[in-house]
Amino acid sequence: MSRLIAGKVRGYCRRIKARSGRGVHSSRLKEDMMAKKMHDTPNLDELEKGPWPSFVSGLKDLAKEKDYMVDLLGQLEASYKTRKGYWKGGTVGVFGYGGGVIPRFTELKDENGQPVFKDAAEFHTLRVMPPPGMHYDTGTLRQFCDLWEKHGSGLIAFHGQSGDIMFQGATTENVQKAFDEINEMGFDLGGAGPAVRTSMSCVGAARCEQSCYDEARAHRTVINTFLDDIHRPSLPYKFKFKFSGCPNDCMNSIQRSDMSVIGTWRDNIRTDDTLGKKWFVKHGMNELVNDVVARCPTKALQIKEIKNVRKDAHISAVALDDAQALEIDNKDCVRCMHCVNVMTGALAPGKDKGVTILIGGKSHLKIGGLLGTVIIPFMKLESDEDFEKLTDFAQRTIDFFAENALEHERTGEMIERIGLATFLEAMEIDVDPAMVNSPRMNPYVRTDGWDDEVAKIKAKKQAA
Amino acid sequence: MNAPAQMRRPKETGVPDNKKYLHPTLAKNYGNWRYHDRPRPGVLHHVAHGGDEVWSVRAGTQRQMDVYTIRKLCDIADQFAEGRVRFTIRSNIEFIVADEKKVAPLIAALEEAGFPVGGTGNSVTMIAHTQGWLHCDIPGTDASGVVKALMDELYDEFKREEMPNRVHLSTSCCEINCGGQADLAIIVQHTKPPVINHELVANVCERPTVVARCPVAAIRPAMVNGKPSLEIDESKCMCCGACYPPCPPMQINDPEYSKLAIWVGGKNSNARGKPTFMKMVASGLPNNAPRWPEVAEVVKRILMVYKEDGRPWERMADWIDRIGWPRFFEKTGLPFTKYLIDDWTGSRANLNASTHIRF
Repeated sequence: MSRLIAGKVRGYCRRIKARSGRGVHSSRLKEDMMAKKMHDTPNLDELEKGPWPSFVSGLKDLAKEKDYMVDLLGQLEASYKTRKGYWKGGTVGVFGYGGGVIPRFTELKDENGQPVFKDAAEFHTLRVMPPPGMHYDTGTLRQFCDLWEKHGSGLIAFHGQSGDIMFQGATTENVQKAFDEINEMGFDLGGAGPAVRTSMSCVGAARCEQSCYDEARAHRTVINTFLDDIHRPSLPYKFKFKFSGCPNDCMNSIQRSDMSVIGTWRDNIRTDDTLGKKWFVKHGMNELVNDVVARCPTKALQIKEIKNVRKDAHISAVALDDAQALEIDNKDCVRCMHCVNVMTGALAPGKDKGVTILIGGKSHLKIGGLLGTVIIPFMKLESDEDFEKLTDFAQRTIDFFAENALEHERTGEMIERIGLATFLEAMEIDVDPAMVNSPRMNPYVRTDGWDDEVAKIKAKKQAA
Repeated sequence: MNAPAQMRRPKETGVPDNKKYLHPTLAKNYGNWRYHDRPRPGVLHHVAHGGDEVWSVRAGTQRQMDVYTIRKLCDIADQFAEGRVRFTIRSNIEFIVADEKKVAPLIAALEEAGFPVGGTGNSVTMIAHTQGWLHCDIPGTDASGVVKALMDELYDEFKREEMPNRVHLSTSCCEINCGGQADLAIIVQHTKPPVINHELVANVCERPTVVARCPVAAIRPAMVNGKPSLEIDESKCMCCGACYPPCPPMQINDPEYSKLAIWVGGKNSNARGKPTFMKMVASGLPNNAPRWPEVAEVVKRILMVYKEDGRPWERMADWIDRIGWPRFFEKTGLPFTKYLIDDWTGSRANLNASTHIRF
């Protein structure tokens, strides 16, 4: 409650300041009073109707006090009329960084080359990196609001597609002022252009029973190692990390990141008979068969009489009632998460947890969409040394990418061009059948090094 | 740039620690959760190994939020949720409470303030989207507006959990597809090659970069009206728009010829099958601002057929895997045209090399 009151007091102080400012500075006068008259926005008005929260109503609320937003609405309405965009990029930044600000200048000019909506002629965005899991306290959010009301448009997006908090809409002059305040709060700019980009991690260990590693720690440890590559774009193209705590991959990392770090486990699925029985009472045999057993992609599940459940070390079983159990052959399980999702708690990820790392996910341009490829089937991620190993691997990947990718080529395209085996060799990673869907389906390969490779594998095995 | 006279050096602090932002019960049980269930749409109930419980109430937002809206959400968090919130990847906001009695009044407060509670489990959740006309430099359409119009139509499905499995949607304002993979996506599809302003190319574009950017090598340097410019082999051009960002004088957006396409069956998760990319199933829809009714009609049609026909836990991709593409087109009434047959690199893997046909 005290925060609420403090917020109100701050708001009151702002209004007082606004009033006292009037006589002092004539150009402030207009800004601090009601803003100028709104443009007609018949198209945008349509988007104030309907039950979903309306961003247009929000823009109009801001426009009541800011000429800036009156003109932004004017330009947006023009886009709705003509079905054309009117922003162009440029070069705007903050002192000391080469990226993180998305400059926007209006291209909607009159016959004299003057902006049609002059008060919104500059509408730059600051990309700011969120905390892992996108948790906030209201004090922080209110401070964001206050500083952005002062220096910017008052429009903030939570969050952009890369995960940034997007402070949308500031003049060139105000970008630095806004950044200084944001930076003093302990927040930093994210990536833009050919740079390591802002990252995202799932809610993970903070609130999810499926979490297989400390996503927030991995997120911060890795990303904060590459701040120079975030703030000073100098890579062939963008490089994205994403961190998902389990194979449900809530961060969509396999499709959207150059390096995807996904939690998994090596040992058996854990079971809880109390929750298993509770689930079975509620859902019954039909749902168990149709929704759980039949949907296991590798047929690793069987319903058994408890007395017939196998005793092997790789078998786990959860009781359904006093007579029957669901048996899992963990050697066949691919850790897809389906049964664990359906019977949450009754089934759970194992204890020997770690991560799988995939490389090369990206969207369409230029050669078509690519999913990431398994590069590290499993590594532990618990000790300080484990985290060091992760950042070291990331560093070596980025170094290789920086030296070998062509301009505007993503890691996936680079690997497509040079071949996975070449990439692995350079990274000093042993090949593993977990990296492929199947071995090669054509004979077009020169294999005169075969015996040497076999000897190397044997020698490694013996040394281990 | 009018930088301040006294230049302040940035503090390269990077990603901030989230510990101080966590709800106290989350901080206490970090890494120690046992299971969860969903007592009602829009509410997740998590139980820790030690017995602590939290209820997370999820609400939809407009993502592009004005400071008044954010402060309104903060007031609600201060009143109910220990002054803490978190956002999901799809711009929903979550309020966490450790006392079940707070759930109902919290929901009431959110709904009263205009934020729909839902988006959990097998609902249609908020649409992942991009910037569009509001802020992008290359948009073929708007983003927030399309999303607002569609979420108005899908409002009830956001608040209910009546779909076979969760439904993720995305929109993208150009073919770069920043909106990402989804069960159902709406993406701009240009149908005419770029219109080149030859007066500007030499001064604005780094020509070799633009030539290199084209996926089908359809762009080549040329002298036009005595000025160095670029020309397009229109028989090769597939109108992707990749040349437009590095060379704005190659205008790809057109009020009429930039259409909207619908894609289905992208799956992010590894659950059941491996992750999948989505497939184009409809195109040629008009970019009909401000409410895009033709797009909404197709989206709703696909979703309603899936809702009716999908079995529990089948994502859009799983459902289509079961019923097959011929039946998908039959049931949705969408025309299967020659443009939906893949002819890009590796496309033969998408052709049916078997007698597996459902009749």
